[in-house]
Amino acid sequence: MTAVSTDYVGREFTGTPPYAVSRVKIGEFAAAVGATDPVHHDPRAAQAAGHTDVLAPPTFAVVIAQRAEAEYIEDPAAGIDFSRVVHAEEHFTYHRPIVAGDLLHTSVHVDSITTRGGIAMVTTRTEITDDGGTRVCSVTSSLAVRGED
Amino acid sequence: MGALATDVAVGTELLAVTRSVDRARLVRYAGASGDFNPIHWNERFALEVGLPGVIAHGMLTMGLAAAALTDWLDDPADLLSYGVRFTRPVAVPDPGEVLVDIVAVVGAVDTEAATARVDLKVAVNGRHVLGKSQAQVRLH
Repeated sequence: MTAVSTDYVGREFTGTPPYAVSRVKIGEFAAAVGATDPVHHDPRAAQAAGHTDVLAPPTFAVVIAQRAEAEYIEDPAAGIDFSRVVHAEEHFTYHRPIVAGDLLHTSVHVDSITTRGGIAMVTTRTEITDDGGTRVCSVTSSLAVRGED
Repeated sequence: MGALATDVAVGTELLAVTRSVDRARLVRYAGASGDFNPIHWNERFALEVGLPGVIAHGMLTMGLAAAALTDWLDDPADLLSYGVRFTRPVAVPDPGEVLVDIVAVVGAVDTEAATARVDLKVAVNGRHVLGKSQAQVRLH
């Protein structure tokens, strides 16, 4: 078994290309999570509510965060066997809503790795910023990685 | 639909809704989110890794709860934060569906910060599937 490497605590990953947010993807995601507010589907409704374009549902940020986390999680030296991973916790802090047309940049921080009872708890924080450098959302995710049976 | 007033009382129930989750919704969420882990669509694989069967994405369950709250809010941008623990897997039968009950209750009010904690209780067959499911919402 390859144990989860604690050497990665404190590291930062910024190699994921920026994510271009589209109306179509927001609409698909909103339909999947049952978000029916027209601000997610109709640009005119979003603009009438004071937004530049359709708004992403709140958990849409996970799409951008998980795409960026892959740079760390899929690093073989990190020792994370994804077939042994269970999603344990997720937390979003919103600075402003994500809207169609955003070009979003990510930096993934490995905040902590703790081991208890053969389970490694890996906590990452993905900071999402827009093309102007303004903070959009912080996404904290904890994965429980089971050791060899 | 609504907004939270600064004099909202702790214990106020904001919404109670039920969402149906079937295999088709899991496929839809997989495509929309890009999470193609086979435990969310492949029964054989799910059983092999010791699960009771195909289970819903934790992020789908969280997403249903978050969307229920932002659909209720007049301004979805009033949601300042939301976090959960995934405490129990949600098995999704085939054929059929699983019903996910979502109730939002005001858990605490901070008039100085002009925020309220909203507890989003998410249950299947009366058993909670999310722990510490707490949102911070702006007061008006």
